[in-house]
Amino acid sequence: MQYIDPHIHMVSRTTDDYARMAQAGCVAITEPAFWAGYDRSSPQGFYDYFRQLTDTEPKRAAQFGIEHYTWLCINPKEAEDLALAKDVLALIPDFLDQPNVLGIGEIGLNKNSRNELKVLEDHIALADATESLILVHTPHLEDKRKGTRLIMDAVERNGNIKPSRVLIDHVEEHTVKDVLDRGFWCGMTLYPDSKCTPQRAADILEMFGTERIWINSAGDWGNSDPLAVPKCHVEMLRRGHTAETIQKISLDNPRTFLGQSPRFNAK
Amino acid sequence: MSEFAGTCPLTRTQVIDQYFMEHRAKLLDLAAFLDRIERGQPDEIADPRDDFRIAQLLDATKVLDDGQGERARRVLEVFSDPTEQPLESAAGLKGASGAWAGHPTG
Repeated sequence: MQYIDPHIHMVSRTTDDYARMAQAGCVAITEPAFWAGYDRSSPQGFYDYFRQLTDTEPKRAAQFGIEHYTWLCINPKEAEDLALAKDVLALIPDFLDQPNVLGIGEIGLNKNSRNELKVLEDHIALADATESLILVHTPHLEDKRKGTRLIMDAVERNGNIKPSRVLIDHVEEHTVKDVLDRGFWCGMTLYPDSKCTPQRAADILEMFGTERIWINSAGDWGNSDPLAVPKCHVEMLRRGHTAETIQKISLDNPRTFLGQSPRFNAK
Repeated sequence: MSEFAGTCPLTRTQVIDQYFMEHRAKLLDLAAFLDRIERGQPDEIADPRDDFRIAQLLDATKVLDDGQGERARRVLEVFSDPTEQPLESAAGLKGASGAWAGHPTG
């Protein structure tokens, strides 16, 4: 079954993972800029990372017939340093015209601090000025519910960003309803220990429907699984859900949201 | 009746048949984990509830059999930071512990 994994960090994954994903039916991925597991020491580190995301990684994906798209930002875990964030934000416009760049992401909050919020607002303003789509990271675990609300408030304060052009990722049972009710798209991340398991993601789809929602693996350098999306499909089939429902959340919905960018052409 | 009644395509018996063993094992893991804490070498934790994470974990177990629905949402809310204002600074902070440190213990 063909699918799109709309959030995965392939810079942290092996070439074998690309091969296995292609064998499982993955036709396209989108890779948001994120934290490397350590703080970069300078804006130059981000410049090199953006080159990797816009030049190196698409070529690696193409070897397996997978289309590679990306999102650029300084992630919230490195956003406490306002001077660094300002310098990194200044780099982004030069990359926004690259053919695989869909927008600004994954922006958001980590510990819900005032500096993180300031940098989030600056990213939102950049997305507004460049008419870019936004992919949002919501905080982890105990910080998620509060952070998700602060993030949605910040987007709405901007006033020019349509919620239909913003995807709020990593929703769980305590945030999904607010996100959908406020008109945003939402993503469920399938992780072994944190965020959603495939079973809980299937539960959420049953409870909240299949409109404006997708699933992703967010595979990275931590405890994660680049095949989590097809594993969730198996869970849904096991319960009696149809191939059409699975196609809706893993192919049609990603195409609809991402297709708002003229650069997305995974038809 | 929950607003979500009937949303799972399986019958209730099918759900139990399909998932019981998996969740029986998870419950035993939780029980053994709590036993393991008590068997640990003595330190400042006199009672598992002295740790805010375990206090919230035990509070969350009360949700499981209170007769109300939406247990997953309510368990997540037990662990969540209930405040609304941004933190003054995140300097030196990166990760999350899985439970809110401001929760009263004991």
